[in-house]
Amino acid sequence: MKILVAVKRVVDFNVKIRVNADHTAVDLANVKMSMNPFDEIGVEEALRLKEAGIATEVVAVSMGPANAAETIRTALAMGADRGILVETTTELQPLAVAKLMAKLVDKEKPDLVILGKQAIDDDCNQTGQVLAGLLGWAQGTFASKLEFAADKKTLTVTREVDGGLETLALAMPAIITTDLRLNEPRYASLPNIMKAKSKPLDKQTPESLGVDVTPRLITIRIDEPPPRAAGVKVADVAELVHKLRDEAKVI
Amino acid sequence: MSILVVAEHDGKQIKAATLHAVTAATKLNAAVTLLLCGAGSGAVAESAAKIAGVAEVLVAEVADLDNGMAESMAPLLAHLAKGYSHIVVTATAFGKNILPRASALLDVQQISEVIEIKSADSFVRPIYAGNALATVKSNDKIKLLSIRMTAFEPAAVSGGSAAVKKLAAGDLGAVAQKLSQFKGASLSKSERPELTSAKIVVSGGRGMQNGENFKLLDALADKLGAAVGASRAAVDAGFVPNEYQVGQTGKVVAPELYVAVGISGAIQHLAGMKDSKVIVAINKDVDAPIFQVADYGLVADLFTAIPALTAAIKK
Ligand SMILES: Cc1cc2nc3c(=O)[nH]c(=O)nc-3n(C[C@H](O)[C@H](O)[C@H](O)COP(=O)(O)OP(=O)(O)OC[C@H]3O[C@@H](n4cnc5c(N)ncnc54)[C@H](O)[C@@H]3O)c2cc1C
Ligand SMILES: Nc1ncnc2c1ncn2[C@@H]1O[C@H](COP(=O)(O)O)[C@@H](O)[C@H]1O
Repeated sequence: MKILVAVKRVVDFNVKIRVNADHTAVDLANVKMSMNPFDEIGVEEALRLKEAGIATEVVAVSMGPANAAETIRTALAMGADRGILVETTTELQPLAVAKLMAKLVDKEKPDLVILGKQAIDDDCNQTGQVLAGLLGWAQGTFASKLEFAADKKTLTVTREVDGGLETLALAMPAIITTDLRLNEPRYASLPNIMKAKSKPLDKQTPESLGVDVTPRLITIRIDEPPPRAAGVKVADVAELVHKLRDEAKVI
Repeated sequence: MSILVVAEHDGKQIKAATLHAVTAATKLNAAVTLLLCGAGSGAVAESAAKIAGVAEVLVAEVADLDNGMAESMAPLLAHLAKGYSHIVVTATAFGKNILPRASALLDVQQISEVIEIKSADSFVRPIYAGNALATVKSNDKIKLLSIRMTAFEPAAVSGGSAAVKKLAAGDLGAVAQKLSQFKGASLSKSERPELTSAKIVVSGGRGMQNGENFKLLDALADKLGAAVGASRAAVDAGFVPNEYQVGQTGKVVAPELYVAVGISGAIQHLAGMKDSKVIVAINKDVDAPIFQVADYGLVADLFTAIPALTAAIKK
């Protein structure tokens, strides 16, 4: 079984971003970038399936500017076998990412594609579902557990939903999007970081894949949300109760 | 042209989440159609028809549409799309699962987590855990929106008198599918209000130390008529189940009162609660970032403060 894993390069989750002065974008100069955390979980899951003898090859895919290759290298250092970079400086929206991914699926013929449930920059939570729709494959979104049938023809997925957990059986091939509780991703070891440098990394472009990635949504402006007014410290529980009852009137 | 809102229901009731989507849809200044799918949709049609602002209720009560499976919901939405300028869902697990799949079939770029409708084609949505708000304009022929329920008031459950129309099997498109099968759900039952619609939410973090200690928050919540939530750290540690998680990648809440207990205030947590009307933080670390968004901050050990607070509140 071959697995494609999507890995997006995003602003690190610890960074508090700022909007630029002319309100056209988020200021990304000198900001720490990392692999989208949900994609680390995706890579980890693919590697565990390989270690369990279920998967045979793990291919990491990233799309974006040339330095998205660094994110692929991170996946290779974790243990992925090879990478594919779809290089472009055009802003990629989920529909475009999914179309590019669908072309790679045509070429690579994987049995499973794992994506994150959400990129922590655009917070769209779409790409996996769009890809499943384009391919006509089953989808298991927000997955917290995967179990393969012995013949690997069906995949049982436990999903995190609003009221608790839900279980689906998916026909293969299938799309999975990861949720936080699926696993805890490993760190790359130094020898594996060295080894990753010589693993194959193929390059494609939207043109080479024949996909029109022109953004459908135009960003008109970006603002910072209004800040909350400063609050006060209360001395003790009695003062807190008094404030909530008589000042805020919420209890 | 009218607006299609995809309803969530449990066969007995329309979910509160849908009422917020109806309000968002009415801001688009066109007639609103509410779509009910799967088992029990006929049974809830009558009450759905009374929701203020709904002009028409469509009922698609076929087994293939049970359990909101994306593989059958998406073709249905794509099939119905011709008659509408916008399709609206609430950004719940259900809405997030189905609408992007429909967007693929329609070749449309969906707009997620809309918090403001500027015009029929311009919308505001948070990005980067709500640390920036993007105003975007869609050039697609039909707009697919998921709305953030905390940004829109719920529509009134009475006052409307919509026409109810049953969709015949031939009106549904290719909903029959063999790709996925619903196996079951383990949903938590609680007497308390739902997290996303509660007026008061009490949330615990890693500071709670274990699941047993969440009983302290349960007792406080019961006195306040509140829902109980949690930080990711508390969920990851297994103190409480996943559906408690409040934040960027969990549930977004905006109650009248949010009480954060033993929660440090990471940006991912703030993303899910900073639009609450009044925020209380109880934390023993005076430098915890949660105090920067709290209206009332109490620097204290939660294990003494929470029982004292519970005792001090009259039922
Ligand atoms: C991709 C991604 C998504 C995420 N999504 C979310 C999300 O949706 N929601 C979310 O919450 N987090 C999310 N996080 C995690 C987030 O970054 C923080 O790690 C998390 O919110 C921390 O939880 P916490 O505040 O409970 O724990 P900590 O940061 O460990 O804070 C515990 C707090 O408890 C206080 N405390 C300890 N003992 C006591 C006591 N006896 N009395 C009073 N106070 C005490 C401490 O002073 C401390 O401030 C996400 C992270 C990533 C990477
Ligand atoms: N540019 C990209 N490169 C690689 N993967 C991506 C890209 N954009 C989105 N994805 C994948 O799609 C998931 C969901 O992204 P989104 O729909 O934007 O929230 C991410 O976690 C990635 O797995």
